[in-house]
Amino acid sequence: MAASHLYARRRVTNIIAMALSMLATAIGLLFLAWILWETLSQGIAALRPQLFTKITAYREDGGLANAMVGSLILNTLGILIATPIGVMAGAWLAEYSNRSKLGPVIRFLNDILLSAPSIVLGLFAYTIIVLPMKWATNGDITFSGVAGGIALALIALPVIVRTTDEMLRLVPSTLREAALSLGVPQWKLTVQILIRAARSGIVTGVLLALARISGETAPLLFTAFGNNFMTINPLDKMPSLPQIIYEYTKDPSPDINTLAWAGAFVLTMFVLLLSLASRLAFSRNKVSHD
Amino acid sequence: MQASASASTIAMSAPPAEAARNRRDARNDKLFSWLLKACALLVLATLIGAAASTAWGGRDAFATFGWGFLVSDAWDPGNNVYGALVPVMGTIVTALIALVIAVPISFGIALFLTEIAPSWLRGPVGSAIELLAGIPSIIYGMWGLFIFAPFVAAHIKPWLMNNLSNEPPDGQVSWLVQHVPWIAKFFSSDYPFFGAGVLTAGMVLAIMIIPFISSVMREVFQTVPTRLKESAYALGSSTWEVVWDIVMPYTRSAVIGGVFLGLGRALGETMAVAFVLGNTFKFTPSILETGSSIASTIANQFGEAEGLQKSSLMALAFLLFVVTFIVLLIARLMLRQLSNREGR
Repeated sequence: MAASHLYARRRVTNIIAMALSMLATAIGLLFLAWILWETLSQGIAALRPQLFTKITAYREDGGLANAMVGSLILNTLGILIATPIGVMAGAWLAEYSNRSKLGPVIRFLNDILLSAPSIVLGLFAYTIIVLPMKWATNGDITFSGVAGGIALALIALPVIVRTTDEMLRLVPSTLREAALSLGVPQWKLTVQILIRAARSGIVTGVLLALARISGETAPLLFTAFGNNFMTINPLDKMPSLPQIIYEYTKDPSPDINTLAWAGAFVLTMFVLLLSLASRLAFSRNKVSHD
Repeated sequence: MQASASASTIAMSAPPAEAARNRRDARNDKLFSWLLKACALLVLATLIGAAASTAWGGRDAFATFGWGFLVSDAWDPGNNVYGALVPVMGTIVTALIALVIAVPISFGIALFLTEIAPSWLRGPVGSAIELLAGIPSIIYGMWGLFIFAPFVAAHIKPWLMNNLSNEPPDGQVSWLVQHVPWIAKFFSSDYPFFGAGVLTAGMVLAIMIIPFISSVMREVFQTVPTRLKESAYALGSSTWEVVWDIVMPYTRSAVIGGVFLGLGRALGETMAVAFVLGNTFKFTPSILETGSSIASTIANQFGEAEGLQKSSLMALAFLLFVVTFIVLLIARLMLRQLSNREGR
C-alpha cells in the first residue's frame, strides 16, 4: 500500500512538472506570436509607398525616408569603426594573450561590456564626442552622426571581439604549426591564414553586431539626436529609424502612431532577416551571444 | 612569439639578405602584436571611460547633494532639487518583478527543450524563443504601450485590485485584505483603469529577458554528463527527479549566473520601460502605480536638461553602471565555475 502510494505521488509530481514546463514554453511562444502579430498586422496596414520617399518633416503626410537613410549611415559608421578594432582585439585575445595575465581579464570584461546598459555607453559617447566637438566649434556642431556612429560602435565592439576570439580558437592548431614551420611570421599567419580560415565566423559576428545596433534607440537620443530633414552629412544631427519610432510612439496623434507602427515593421523585418542571414551564414559552429 | 624567436636564431647563420628579412619580420611581428594589444585595451578603456565619464558628469550632483542624493525621493526640476531614490527603487522593483516572472518560465522552457520535447521539436521551438531576443527593445516598448498596457488595464489590474486592494473597483474588500491589511499598500492605485505602471513594466521586461535566461539554462543543462542522467534513470527516477536532483545540483552556479545575466539586462533596459512606466516621481510602494526607472528618466529628460539636472542624470547613469557592472560580474563568475568544471 505504502509503496504504491509513493509511486503514485512521484508520478503525479512528474506529470505536474512536465505540464508546467510545457505551459511555460507555451507562454513564451504566445508572447512571441503576440508581439510579432501586432507588429506585422499594424505595420502592414500602415505601409505606404511614401514611407520610403518622403521625409518626417511632413509629419502625417510624410514618410520615414530620412530616418531610414540616417539609420543606414549610422549603422554603417558603427560597423566600419567596430569591425577592424573588434577583429584585431579578438585576434589578440585568441592568438597573443596566452601567456599574458591581461588576456583572461579582457576576455572577462568584454563579456560584461556585452550586456552593459546601452544608455550609459550613449552617455559616454556624448561626453567624449559631443561635448568636445561643441567646445571646439563654439557650438556649431553639437549632436552629430559621427557621435551616433561611435556610440553604436561601442555597442557592436564586444559582439565582434567575442565572435572573432571564439572563431579563431576553433581554427585547428595544425594550421598554425604548419605555417610557423615554413617560417611564416606570426603577423602574416594571423592576417593571411587564421583570419581567412575563420572568415565566415567573423562575418557572422559582424552581422549579429549589425542586428544588435540597428535596433538600438537609447544611445542615439543624445548623440545623433534626430533631424526631420534628409541629411547625409555625418557632422549634422542625424535621424534614425528607432529614434523616429520613439518620437512617433510618444506622439498623441493616432496618425503619427500609425507611422510609428510602419517604422516598427520595417525595423523588425530588417533585424530578423539579418539574424536569420547570420544564422544561415554560419550554422555549423554554434556560439552563444547573450 | 615562437616564430620571432626561431627567426632570430636562424638569422645568425643566414646570408645577409635573409637576415635582414628575418629582422624585418621580427620587427613587424612586434609592431603587429602591439597594435592588436592596443585594440584589446580599448575594451578596457570603454568600460573605464563609461564609468569615469558618468562620474565626472555627475560630480556637481554628488557635490551638491552628497550621500543624501541616494536616499532623497525628490526629483523636482522646478526647484532644482534631485534625489535618486524613486528612479533607483523603480529600476530595482521592475527588475525584481521581471525576475520573479521570467525565472520560472525560463526554467520551464529550458526543461522542455532539454528533457521533454521530442528532438524534432527542440530546434524550431528553441529558435523561436531566441527570436524574442532579436526583437529590438523599442518594439517591446511600443507593444507595451499600445497593446499590453490596455490589456493590463482591462484584465489584470482590475482583478488584482478587486482581490488585493483597499479600494476595489467592485466595492467589496476581499477577505485577504481584511485580514492582512498591509498587502493593500502594494496594490493600491488611484487610476484602476490606467494600464501603465511598475507591474506592467516588470512584465514587459520579463518577456524581454526570458530568452536570455532560458538560453543560458538550456546550454548549461546540456553540459550535464549523459552518464549521470542515465544512471539516475536506470535507478528508476522520473524525469522531474533527474532534473531536480541531478541536473540542478550539477549546474546550480551557472543557473544563478544566467539569472544574474537576466537581471543585468533588466536593470539597464531603457526603451521597453520608457513608455509603460509612466515617468512619475512620487514615492510609493504600490506596484500598480506609475513610477520611473534610471534609464527611462535619462532617456526622457537628458535632451532638455541643463546644469544640475543634467549632472543628476549623469550621476544616475553612474549608479546604474556600477550596479549593473557588479551584477554582471557576479553572473560571469558564476557562469565560469561551470565551464571550469567542464574541462576536468
